[in-house]
Amino acid sequence: MIQFNHVSKRFPDGYMALSNIDLTIETGEMAFVTGHSGAGKSTLLKLIAAIERPTSGSITINGQNIAQLKPAALPLLRRKIGFVFQDHKLLFDRNVFENVLLPLQISGFDRNTAASRVRAALDKVDLLKKEKVMPVTLSGGEQQRLCIARAVVHRPTILIADEPTGNLDTVYAKDIMAMFYSFHQVGVTVLIATHDASLLEDNHHRIIALQHGKLAA
Amino acid sequence: MIKTWLGQHWFVFNLTLKRLVSEPVANLLSILVMGIAISLPAGIYTLVENLHTLSGYTQTAPQISLFMKQDSTRQDMDNIRVRLEENTRVAGYLYVPKDQALYQLQLDNGFDKAVQNLAHNPLPDAFIVDAENISTDVIEQLLTEMKTWPEIEHVQFDSAWAERLAALLDFGRIFVFILFTMLSIAIVAIMFNTIRLQILTRQKEIEVSKLIGASDSFIRRPFLYFGAIQGFAGGVTAWLIIVYVIQVLNDEIRTIAGLYALDLQLQPPDHGDIISLLFFAAWLGWLGARVSVASHLRHIELR
Repeated sequence: MIQFNHVSKRFPDGYMALSNIDLTIETGEMAFVTGHSGAGKSTLLKLIAAIERPTSGSITINGQNIAQLKPAALPLLRRKIGFVFQDHKLLFDRNVFENVLLPLQISGFDRNTAASRVRAALDKVDLLKKEKVMPVTLSGGEQQRLCIARAVVHRPTILIADEPTGNLDTVYAKDIMAMFYSFHQVGVTVLIATHDASLLEDNHHRIIALQHGKLAA
Repeated sequence: MIKTWLGQHWFVFNLTLKRLVSEPVANLLSILVMGIAISLPAGIYTLVENLHTLSGYTQTAPQISLFMKQDSTRQDMDNIRVRLEENTRVAGYLYVPKDQALYQLQLDNGFDKAVQNLAHNPLPDAFIVDAENISTDVIEQLLTEMKTWPEIEHVQFDSAWAERLAALLDFGRIFVFILFTMLSIAIVAIMFNTIRLQILTRQKEIEVSKLIGASDSFIRRPFLYFGAIQGFAGGVTAWLIIVYVIQVLNDEIRTIAGLYALDLQLQPPDHGDIISLLFFAAWLGWLGARVSVASHLRHIELR
């Protein structure tokens, strides 16, 4: 369970990204965060992974207040979360397999377990045949899937995606969304930020709408 | 658990080697710079140690003269002999009876007339003692001890030569120490910069690793390995330089020594010195990397 209590985030330049957010996301829930660009979607997601720290208020994940975590405790928190970044953040000096391997190396898996998990994750996003390929040669959709594989390879309990269908055409976007639904079905808490209205059509999941850093009524 | 840990380190070790090989020219040059920087003090140290060893062999090794009292008996001589033989600081000794000394004086210095006019032999019996080595400590201890022996009238030692050599060797060692310190600082500084550049080029990798939960030690590890491996390689280079230079010098020395019918050779550093050298160089590389990583990783902001 992820809980926001009176959370505000003001950036050093004075910009108020979020103000007084109260929000609860249940374990295993799937929810969309919507709003115009600048509404605070990315900031909200980054607060959960402690990439940004709140100016005030508390954020608890399974009872742990992450706003008060010491820097040394952050790595363990982040290993419980899978994050699909808006700008992918792939490493272009290593191949597809090694990109997905990174989270497992960080968590200290042994080579064999890690290799089979990487292949399982690549299989899920349909990139198994391209494991030796360098990411530069991948299409936009493939890069997005690679980023998803890297986000789920260590089997996080929370999956966060920031504009995962940002630059993709509708067909690819539908593919990607299907993947998120399947993670939700196996019990992962999924939180997706998007401004893409088409994703939200005939969708029965919760929508968290942000407007200028506040929850819209 | 331990296997995983070893596996991680083995992985990083391999990764670092790959990175070293991927930029061969730049890395070889830094290794060469470090090798030369280390070989200077290490080479001079080797020469000083050789000088120290050589000085033990020279014929001008310090000798202590022990003059017996005029009325000493055969028993007194034997006492001294026993003491000299039992003393571990004594390498050897020569007994010069007073008759022989007088005879020598007649022969050597043309004092024969003067000597013949003497009513009795004024010279004492004497022992000429070789000290085990030339260190001033050893000689000082020997002198103090001998002065307490009741049979001895006078102990004479020309310490100037030994002291001069010892002082010279001490000077050499201090010089080596200062050189070592300064060049060590230089190596740490070089490594600091090398790692700073590496961190800049690997900024994205560091950022992504942090974002997906890498601990600081995970992020530091490849850089520390890089520093240590490059330092070690610099140490190996220094060692090769020293061995080569000694070989070249030995060829020259052989020619000169041959003219004087001497058997002189410079000895390369021994195994202990080589191991210390390699590990010290690796440690310097590691230290430079550690300082650099500590001061530069903090500035990498997550976005």
